[in-house]
Amino acid sequence: MARNQELFEAVQNGDRKLVGDLVQQEIDRGTDPANVLDESLIPAMGDIGQKFSRGEIYVPGMLVAARAMQAGLDTIEPLLAQAGHKPRAKIAIGTVKGDLHDIGKNLVAIMLKGAGFQVEDLGVDCSVERFEEAVAGGAEILCLSALLTTTMSYMRDVISHFQGRNDVRFVVGGAPVTPRYAQEIGAHAYGEDANDAVRAVEECLQ
Amino acid sequence: MTSREWNELCSGGPVLLDGAWGTQLQERGLAVGEAPEAWNVTHPEKVQEVAAAYVEAGSQIVLTNSFGGNRITLGGHGLGDRAREINESAARLSREAAGTKAWVFGSIGPSGKMIMTGEVTEEQLRAAFEQQAQALQAGGVDGLVIETMAALDEACAAVRAAVSTGLPVVACMVYDSGPDADRTMMGVSPAEAAEALGEAGAWALGANCGQAPAGFVSVCKQYREASDLPLWMKPNAGAPEMVNETPVYRVAPEEFARAAAPLWEAGATFVGGCCGTGPAFIASLREVKPGYTGR
Repeated sequence: MARNQELFEAVQNGDRKLVGDLVQQEIDRGTDPANVLDESLIPAMGDIGQKFSRGEIYVPGMLVAARAMQAGLDTIEPLLAQAGHKPRAKIAIGTVKGDLHDIGKNLVAIMLKGAGFQVEDLGVDCSVERFEEAVAGGAEILCLSALLTTTMSYMRDVISHFQGRNDVRFVVGGAPVTPRYAQEIGAHAYGEDANDAVRAVEECLQ
Repeated sequence: MTSREWNELCSGGPVLLDGAWGTQLQERGLAVGEAPEAWNVTHPEKVQEVAAAYVEAGSQIVLTNSFGGNRITLGGHGLGDRAREINESAARLSREAAGTKAWVFGSIGPSGKMIMTGEVTEEQLRAAFEQQAQALQAGGVDGLVIETMAALDEACAAVRAAVSTGLPVVACMVYDSGPDADRTMMGVSPAEAAEALGEAGAWALGANCGQAPAGFVSVCKQYREASDLPLWMKPNAGAPEMVNETPVYRVAPEEFARAAAPLWEAGATFVGGCCGTGPAFIASLREVKPGYTGR
């Protein structure tokens, strides 16, 4: 199946009802649910992410699109699970210890889900132990977030803790974090914004 | 502060505000992850030192150490039920430090939750901000300033809660998004903010944080075109660079002052600093303030 343009646009317009209906129509027609996801839903969110990065849309536009995509996922996910379809990768995301900011981290989690990843949101104020648990639970990539210049140094502590282990990779981001700082503390990739974080995660998986 | 005193302040020429608080408290030992507002009760003398340093530097209005003092944000630190005491103390400390030399405006920052995602309701926000505003008033503030708001629904809830005290209320958004960095993260433009915040009852409009002074000039002009209300501008000292895990702001106080002074010409009444600025920045800004005569 090629992209269902109507579905693609319904996600972008945040039309939950229409997304739900169109996904059901595709399923009823016998389309492979994985194709609906890969050809229409994920590209719609990917394009929303690009528009966000270019400053053409803002957070509310991203949130309504993600919510509409979720209406489609509610139908598709059980079918994918039944068919034994594996998600792209398991990712855990959290704001580091000492930092209670969660809006940016939540946006990244939303965009990662929109890109088809399985995302575990660890919340805010996450200790090394919390990230360790996530890795033990199968997370292949840890996304670390910090909004404060005072808490970003805890990212280094987390990454140092896992030094020498090749079962996990790190993506870092947050307002005060720079590509240079990410490199300095040994992160594998840096995400500039919620959209770029998806690219950074994909880069880690290559 | 009476409305007459407010009008006199606004018509009496450019007014110098204060600078950042968090970094000042960190210099005095505030630990990473600790709620700065907790210091109003645990380290009152240190908090008062910050207010006094700004008064000394020439601030005509100093704020209070209550940015994250709403009970929702304090709740994240397990201090939600101490909101009243913490805010009252914040107000008292700045009030004592200011004496008759400066006005004190109570700082009210965002909750960190979004109405849009259903994490919090407008009613919960209004109640939390109302409690904070009343506690700041009980502690003796002369006015209130809503700061660093990205979402209009939350900003308006805070403004409505604040104006219910009868005190002058300044409403500030944070502009850091869009191709020209003149939108908030939620896409709000200065013109949209001016309309909604004015309607909610704000006495003055403003912008704080998000970017260095240069980007504030356009925001200031857009507000001026959209509204006749007095304008309040608190830019950052640029972006920090990390050196040995310590944020270093490369902008010197004089450089900041030169970049921020045009805001007065662009129509602002009130100018001060946000992240990365300190008393030295305010002292420098004072020297370039229109009409400064060296006293």
